[in-house]
Amino acid sequence: MAKIKSLEDLMKIKDDAVKNLKLRETGKRGKIVVAMGTCGIAAGAKDTFKAVVEELSDKDIDDISVVQSGCFGLCDAEPTIEVKLEGSEPIVYGHVTPEQAKRIINQHIVNGKVVGDLIIKRGEL
Amino acid sequence: MPVVENTILICAGGACISAGEKSVKETLEEKLQEYSLENVIKVVETGCMGACDLGPIMVIYPEGVFYQKVEPKDVSKIVEEHLLKGRVVNDLLYKGDKGDLTIKPQENIPFFTEQVKIATRNLGVIDPLSIEEYIARDGYFALRKVLLEMTPEAVIEELKKSELRGRGGAGFPTYMKWTLARNSESDTKYVICNADEGDPGAFMDRAVLEGDPHAIVEAMTIAAYVIGAEKGFVYCRAEYPLAIERLTIAINKAKEYGLLGNNIMDTGFSFDLEIRIGAGAFVCGEETALINSIEGKRGVPRLKPPYPSDKGLWGKPTLNNNVETYANIAPIIRNGGEWFAQYGVEGARGTKVFALAGKVKNTGLVEVPFGTSLRKLVFEIGGGIPNGKKMKAVQTGGPSGGCIPMEYIDTPITYDNLKSLGAIVGSGGLIIMDEDDCMVDVAKFFLEFTVEESCGQCTPCREGTKQMHEIMKKITSGEGEMEDLDKLKELGQYIMDTSLCGLGQTAPQPVISTMKYFWEEYLAHIDEKKCPAKRCKALTRVVIDKEKCVGCTACARVCPVNCISGEVRKPHEIDPDICTRCGSCITVCRFNAIDKVSP
Repeated sequence: MAKIKSLEDLMKIKDDAVKNLKLRETGKRGKIVVAMGTCGIAAGAKDTFKAVVEELSDKDIDDISVVQSGCFGLCDAEPTIEVKLEGSEPIVYGHVTPEQAKRIINQHIVNGKVVGDLIIKRGEL
Repeated sequence: MPVVENTILICAGGACISAGEKSVKETLEEKLQEYSLENVIKVVETGCMGACDLGPIMVIYPEGVFYQKVEPKDVSKIVEEHLLKGRVVNDLLYKGDKGDLTIKPQENIPFFTEQVKIATRNLGVIDPLSIEEYIARDGYFALRKVLLEMTPEAVIEELKKSELRGRGGAGFPTYMKWTLARNSESDTKYVICNADEGDPGAFMDRAVLEGDPHAIVEAMTIAAYVIGAEKGFVYCRAEYPLAIERLTIAINKAKEYGLLGNNIMDTGFSFDLEIRIGAGAFVCGEETALINSIEGKRGVPRLKPPYPSDKGLWGKPTLNNNVETYANIAPIIRNGGEWFAQYGVEGARGTKVFALAGKVKNTGLVEVPFGTSLRKLVFEIGGGIPNGKKMKAVQTGGPSGGCIPMEYIDTPITYDNLKSLGAIVGSGGLIIMDEDDCMVDVAKFFLEFTVEESCGQCTPCREGTKQMHEIMKKITSGEGEMEDLDKLKELGQYIMDTSLCGLGQTAPQPVISTMKYFWEEYLAHIDEKKCPAKRCKALTRVVIDKEKCVGCTACARVCPVNCISGEVRKPHEIDPDICTRCGSCITVCRFNAIDKVSP
């Protein structure tokens, strides 16, 4: 760590740290919910979850949180993930393999385009 | 960068740690791994959140849900229900008087909402090991302002405007202390932080050091700049290992960031800080004894004058402040002295941290503006007296303080008000007593403490407190005579008049103040050989009502000293010579057949 020599140095540390502290209390741009019921895990949701976390981190996306949930009730379509972005309707994707998860992140999260062929439901569950 | 979904703050103050915080945290981390959540859930240990009787405490963000008394067995429920499914675990929420559940007690119960946090601003909010989080909360901005924009005189002027007085006990105006140390001519000067918190029942200094160590580092550096010192010491008692550990980490971090050590923030000003560990002698909280102890000498007080501001550590001018006093410095510099002085009342500005203990529902640490009434502190913030009992007195200021009876409960807390009642603000320990507490016994307890802790230098303190204690023992064992009360008064006066330091000068206070307000209790012990609170062992018996006893043997089984005898289904009996009056049998009896009596 470089020594703090000026107000700018101090402000920089403050700004970064404030961001982290704020994330505790406020929400983010959106979140990805991975269904991790027994059915989901059996269908490979753990790998999907890992892929989601890794892809977000590779792309330096830090305003999207990842949550696990229980079974959506769509056991047939597992692994399922739900993408909820601030201000737009939630989308549930089905049969999400790790590769598809990466696609969803790049297309939906980064470019804002819904991945049509994987959608199984639009709107609140 | 890992994406963090939830941040879990776990209170790692001393009280929560003793309540089992470490094993809760361990279990939590195991569970998180089990569910592969370790990268998305961040666990942060914070300083004391203040509500010590609710510990271990866990607050889960972003929702801010407050879980209390969390045990390792509850952790899987929190992980599976709250973290995975987003359902609040009701069993672990704070319950109000009427059994109502509150998700965020920090926003709607008086214990939290009535507080004004200045000295404890970061406790329970930041990770004490993270200098970044301290900086995020404006840490080290006061130091920067002082070093680059303010003259030492300007700093002292702000302190003067703030009317900050020492929080360690004596209440000496802080700006005056700093001025005296600044005006002493010398090429070498020292800054000391007194962290030898010794009053039984007081633990705010420990909480600040454990929860916000950088606040002390920053304030001491400011003090050093103002008086012209290059070296400082934090004198912390050995019983505070966690405080020492976290302060050490803070000092090293600050050095790494160029906020301590040589050429601080490139201004040419240098200041080095060292921790000295005290062996836990009460008298070492007295500033000159503390100075002797740092020098490696025996911790006995010196004659004053010369005052430490003239001749302190190694004969050099020395500034010595208490932890809580230092904790107020940075906010005063950042916001101005007038901002601080808006809190409190004439003669007692700002806030004071109190440690609530004894017979009160919410025990823990609270910071309130001066001028708050004792009633508000005990009955609103403290939540009143548990078990439907009546309050008898509030003991303030520990072994140097006194007891304030219920009739003065509406007194606003200020240095002068408490003094005129024969008590002191002291370091802020408040022990609440109810009708089951015997005031003679309480006074005896504090006296016992000073007898143990007297350094032995002055005869009146060494021998006098010992004799007072003997008389107190005599009274509580039912052998007191009326003339003993006169002796106590006379002896007390001598000790206060002729002792060198604060320890002796205040040691008789607990006896003097209880005699003033609870004279009848003393008389009952002497005249009627009776302890009204049924506390003094020699004057109390535990007896079984033969009419009510059915001989279920529950009492005999629970008695730790086997003093209860009797056949099954026949009335039992207690042998008073063996009985310790612990009362376990009273609690366990389902027929209300056992009671304490004082003849």
